[in-house]
Amino acid sequence: MSTVTDTIHHENDLHEHHAPPSGIKRWLYTTNHKDIGTLYLWFAFIMFLTGGAMAMVIRAELFQPGLQIVEPNFFNQMTTVHGLIMVFGAVMPAFTGLANWLVPMMIGAPDMALPRMNNWSFWILPFAFLILLSSLFMEGGGPAFGWTFYAPLSTTYSGDSTALFVFSVHIMGISSIMGAINVIVTIFNMRAPGMTWMKMPLFVWTWLITAFLLIAVMPVLAGAVTMVLTDKFFGTSFFDAAGGGDPVMFQHIFWFFGHPEVYIMILPAFGIISQIVPTFARKRLFGYASMVYATASIALLSFIVWAHHMFTTGMPVFAEMFFMLATMLISVPTGVKVFNWVATMWRGSMSFEVPMLFALAFIVLFTIGGLSGLMLAITPVDFQYHDTYFVVAHFHYVLVTGAIFSIMAAVYYWLPKWTGKMFDITLAKWHFWCSLISVNVLFFPMHFVGLAGMPRRIPDYALQFADFNKWISLGGFAFGLSQFIFLALLIKACRKQGDPVSDQVWEGAEGLEWEIPSPAPYHTFETPPVIK
Amino acid sequence: MLGAFNCSTAFADSVSDLDQYQLNMRKGVTDISAEVYDLHMLMFIICVVIAVGVFGAMFYSILFHRKSRGAKPANFHESVKVEIAWTVIPFIILIVMAIPAAKTLIAMEDASEPEVTVLVTGSQWKWHYKYMDNDVEFYSRMATQAGEISGKLDKGVNYLLEVDQPLVIPTDKRVRFLITSDDVIHSWWVPDFAIKQDANPGFINDAWAKVNEPGIYRGQCAELCGKDHGFMPVVVIAKEPAEYDKWIGERQAIQEQAKAEEQRLLAMNMSKEELMSNGQKIYNSACAACHMPNGEGLPAVFPALKGSDIALNDMAAHIDIVLNGKSGTAMAAFAKQLTMSELAAVITYERNAWGNDTGDLVQAKDINAALNGQ
Repeated sequence: MSTVTDTIHHENDLHEHHAPPSGIKRWLYTTNHKDIGTLYLWFAFIMFLTGGAMAMVIRAELFQPGLQIVEPNFFNQMTTVHGLIMVFGAVMPAFTGLANWLVPMMIGAPDMALPRMNNWSFWILPFAFLILLSSLFMEGGGPAFGWTFYAPLSTTYSGDSTALFVFSVHIMGISSIMGAINVIVTIFNMRAPGMTWMKMPLFVWTWLITAFLLIAVMPVLAGAVTMVLTDKFFGTSFFDAAGGGDPVMFQHIFWFFGHPEVYIMILPAFGIISQIVPTFARKRLFGYASMVYATASIALLSFIVWAHHMFTTGMPVFAEMFFMLATMLISVPTGVKVFNWVATMWRGSMSFEVPMLFALAFIVLFTIGGLSGLMLAITPVDFQYHDTYFVVAHFHYVLVTGAIFSIMAAVYYWLPKWTGKMFDITLAKWHFWCSLISVNVLFFPMHFVGLAGMPRRIPDYALQFADFNKWISLGGFAFGLSQFIFLALLIKACRKQGDPVSDQVWEGAEGLEWEIPSPAPYHTFETPPVIK
Repeated sequence: MLGAFNCSTAFADSVSDLDQYQLNMRKGVTDISAEVYDLHMLMFIICVVIAVGVFGAMFYSILFHRKSRGAKPANFHESVKVEIAWTVIPFIILIVMAIPAAKTLIAMEDASEPEVTVLVTGSQWKWHYKYMDNDVEFYSRMATQAGEISGKLDKGVNYLLEVDQPLVIPTDKRVRFLITSDDVIHSWWVPDFAIKQDANPGFINDAWAKVNEPGIYRGQCAELCGKDHGFMPVVVIAKEPAEYDKWIGERQAIQEQAKAEEQRLLAMNMSKEELMSNGQKIYNSACAACHMPNGEGLPAVFPALKGSDIALNDMAAHIDIVLNGKSGTAMAAFAKQLTMSELAAVITYERNAWGNDTGDLVQAKDINAALNGQ
């Protein structure tokens, strides 16, 4: 009934309908995929700076041996909340923001399929992080058991703020699941006529697969935190051997979520790079179909490798062997991706605009992270690498120079389409080169201190690690400062400063989003385009 | 027990042979650790070769296939042959990696036929070693002083990697480590043996080493285990079998003497000064990590003892919580960690320090009575 009245109403006042409410209400009430995308992206950036500030505290404490700045208990809170914020507050919302902006535009849909749920899935996120951050100010401090919250450190031996941690993770999970449902429903139902599955842009494909991973594993995380909650506050013994439980079972449950989670944070990045490289190589992506199949294989394999995070927990040899081999297998489809990007560049006509610079840095540095991941898969050697800075180096290469560089590449690639103006190229190049150099000073020496025997998550270290840690901290401060260049650039872009751009923006860009005007109008594809 | 503290200074002074700019894993001192090192290098070299190939092709394109050089884009895409090749070749490389890895793994995990067995128990934040074949057991705590950490004292060469009582094992014998925990998960790591094994509460893991070289080998706890996770070193001394036998004999004699001494102290009453000065030492090594040297604890994490109800009033409850711990919290049971006279001293200290001026004295015989359920 209401649908009918709405339609009549809209037909009568078309012009009124197109003017969004102004001020704060526009953002609070919005159901527009572009507005919600913008909200997600700014939220992710604010969280990136917040989590980054915590990393600065960590690096300041580790600048030299001894305890100078923070107490060990607060140091542990910093490593924990840094991890939680970067994973759930920065990387995941940024990808959801990009999906909101781009998926409807790429498949020729007018909006996301479930716009009100879209509004809700964003607006519960700030509250989740307010709860998490406020727990830091509780007496006794916030969560201090690492973002992996292994029991019984997170149960019997944790502070009362654990309840807030559990509640905030629940809200993050609900938000992610709703976002994922929205992406799936949109892609299944709202593709323009002629947009068959194998014509979908790779960013849409990778996000579709990511959304299925999210729906599969976020409930597992919810289960894990709930069990932690009841073990701590209600006397259950899921993870307590004294009551018939098993602390290692926690790790199995956590990593059954945790490993697919890793791919949730990298598959959309693969999609982004697969959009950008062909544009600036002015050549078709070498193997579109094999990219789709590789993404799907990575997603499927991600469910059978979780225990490679747990080689030192005392699993049977057979299990260790299985998880080692399954993990090594993942490098095959991942290799296919990298080879495809290189083959796309091969005999192309390349130019090096800022999105391409970030994409190239992604390919090189993500591959370094991937190769160290292959080394980590080898169980006997993992006994030496496990829980050292070698692991810290590995996952920061795949997450910072992988996921986050891809997000930056995406922002530079689509920003002119969003604002209608070219961003400040000088600032962008400064941002790129400062970030590229400092991020390597920050993370590369971590391989060395890790191999030399420095454990992760320690607030103080033996004297032999002092020199490298000084360099790592300096790289960290420089990388942190470099992000203010990005902030300045984004503020300028949002004020619509810069030269107007064409609809296509980039010479080699292809796809529906480059056929609509720049800036993208508030409503696009109200009548679906026809794909040839 | 106290006699063993004397040997600590000797280890603290030994020169660290660790390189400031060490880039790579150490080869270690067991056959397994050497195999692990070789495997690591094999993996590393394969990865470097792959990286050089991939990045080489990429940078060749970047240099020569650029628009500014007038490169015209080719139009090729999708080639079944190429795609099969770059799926099959990595697969073959993986098999080359997996075979030696599987061999080493099987050898590592076979802890059968041990000649010496040591039970390693982690607890917040110290290790306990119990020799299963001899009547010897002791705690091993970090020996680095608080002043070195806070910067009031100069840091020694083995800063954070030195303990009061190191684990001693024989060389050239298969030593089996049974690893468990009293509280949270810890991880016992000695890089030179290529052993890193989690200590899970309620479960026992095992690992083994046959050390080829006598020497001092240092490691750390590798699994986040709470506030002082970074201050939980592992030090192992490998001695020639003859020297080891001599050492374990001496240790056994020392522990028997300590037990006799404890029986003697049971009958004695110690003065308040003696109890307080012993108690302070024990408090600082066993209790201060959580309850803090000033007895104020960490608000909402570790309770204060200064002015607490138990420390001021209910003495029976005080003795009970120290002896048996408090389930569902981080408070451990100290009945087996300290001797009766040490327990008496530390409880007396807690009831009389920081303005807790109860005037109560606790003697070893009070502890004995509590332990025997009287």
